Amino acid sequence: MKNCRFKLGVSRSNPLIPWLFLSPLLIVNILVILGPGVGSVYFALTKWSGLGAAEFIGLANFARMLEDPVYHKALTNNVKWTIIFLTVPIAMSLVAAYLLSAVKKGQLVFRLAFFLPYVLPSVVNAHIWQTLFHPFRGIGAQLRKAGYPFLDLKFFGDTNIVLYSIAFVDNWHWWGFLVVVFLAAMQGIDPSLYEAARIDGANRFAQFRYITIPGIRPTLVFMMLMTTIWSFLVFDYIYILTQGGPANASEVLGTYAYKLAFTRFEAGYAAAVGVTMSIITGMIVSLFLYLRRRGWEI
Amino acid sequence: MLLNYVVLTLLLCFSLGPLLILGFNSLKGNLEIGRNPLGPPRQVRWSNYPEAWIRGSFATTLSNSLIITSGTIVGVLLIAGLAAYALSRLEFRGTPVIMFYLLVAGSLPFQLFLVPLFFLWHRLGLVNTRIGLIIIYWAIFSPFATLLLRSYMMALPRELDDAARVDGANEWQVFSRVVLPASTPGFLTVGLVSGLSSWNEFLFSLTFLHDSSLKTVITSYYAFVDRFSVNWGLTAAGGVMMILPIIVIFLLLQRKFIEGFASGGLKA
Repeated sequence: MKNCRFKLGVSRSNPLIPWLFLSPLLIVNILVILGPGVGSVYFALTKWSGLGAAEFIGLANFARMLEDPVYHKALTNNVKWTIIFLTVPIAMSLVAAYLLSAVKKGQLVFRLAFFLPYVLPSVVNAHIWQTLFHPFRGIGAQLRKAGYPFLDLKFFGDTNIVLYSIAFVDNWHWWGFLVVVFLAAMQGIDPSLYEAARIDGANRFAQFRYITIPGIRPTLVFMMLMTTIWSFLVFDYIYILTQGGPANASEVLGTYAYKLAFTRFEAGYAAAVGVTMSIITGMIVSLFLYLRRRGWEI
Repeated sequence: MLLNYVVLTLLLCFSLGPLLILGFNSLKGNLEIGRNPLGPPRQVRWSNYPEAWIRGSFATTLSNSLIITSGTIVGVLLIAGLAAYALSRLEFRGTPVIMFYLLVAGSLPFQLFLVPLFFLWHRLGLVNTRIGLIIIYWAIFSPFATLLLRSYMMALPRELDDAARVDGANEWQVFSRVVLPASTPGFLTVGLVSGLSSWNEFLFSLTFLHDSSLKTVITSYYAFVDRFSVNWGLTAAGGVMMILPIIVIFLLLQRKFIEGFASGGLKA
């Protein structure tokens, strides 16, 4: 009865009321994200310095991308970044969360410690590792002085390893977030499943493989999807540590688009790069939804 | 079980060790850092702190960050609270479209809208103003905040607001007197997440605030590290001053933090 009266009440009320409640959200989002986002699609088709008039040039910016070695380098680095972040932090955090889920004493302390770097500002985290990876004073140099020169590397200066060094730093701040997410998911698994497995003689690895992983599967797949999306949008740690250098060795699409727009004043081309980033993100999400619709259990 | 603790302790050292070294270095002079860059200080030098405070103009930048963060929190709570109420309590046709937008907004690359946004802000005279940056934060943090508050409000029993409506309350009164007070924990979580996100934000504050008197503590520290790159004692002391308040708040409100950020991954 009550429910019925409630519905009547709403239908009688002014249909503008929901829009009134939504208007602040819509106004700021149209102003900041949607409007400029649509604008980018237009500017991607122009030659534009960022200020002044934009000259329409059709698809020339996209044709230029096909020939642009820096764009290729950046895209390749985004793919490498995705592969790194789909494996290293996910493996680390799954192991840590699994070990942590079995621990009663001190669980909170470990959880807080792993999570802490995630809430700290990127500029400070990056600076800490700038000092730890310093070629003359960092960990590598100290080990060399002690007679173990295996880590004596120019972490942020060597074009062969710079991307991996930055990924290491980003991962240092990121993996603890995954621990907390996976631990919460693991705590939702019915404990009687583990008991039954133990009675059947399953060891801890078998329990992890056949109970834990299937038990947190929705969370795991969702985090892998988000990891893939975020890997194509990465900006902060790379820009702070190397600005994409040396010699574009750590360039990704995010840093490249930013520098094109704000230091090289090629805003039209930068917008085109931004549009391709959105297309890639959209394709990842569509692929995910397609596979799910095809009946993949993800 | 012992193996668990051994592995977990190693991982704990990996997470906290670098922060500890930052603390050590903040108390060393430059000469000592050259000889002993990783260990605890042999001669404690507190003067790095006041020196970093002054040279890094922390008084100015901290107050900028405080203004921007509080403005962001108030605005996001208001914008997202109103929107979440409409999406959870008022039935209308637009809901699926807006929900779809909110989900998509979280995975859009900033580079898609950054350039035209800068152009637009330049035209409107909002570049190099705190309010200009605050409005951007309202827009980029409100989609997630709305989703989180909506799921919170969906879980509230409807009997309360039905009763208020029967008593003749209009939607604004139901929102402000019934749903809002009952959602306080949700608002706290959202305030915390958007507050920390705006405090730590780098890309937009780098792009939209150039004047050194307007910079946030984050972008100012970025320039500070660049300028004093040889004086690690000073840059480390600055770093400690930046992270210490976050660590204190984190430890005080750890449950809210973890709930808010972990749900960011799950519900967004």
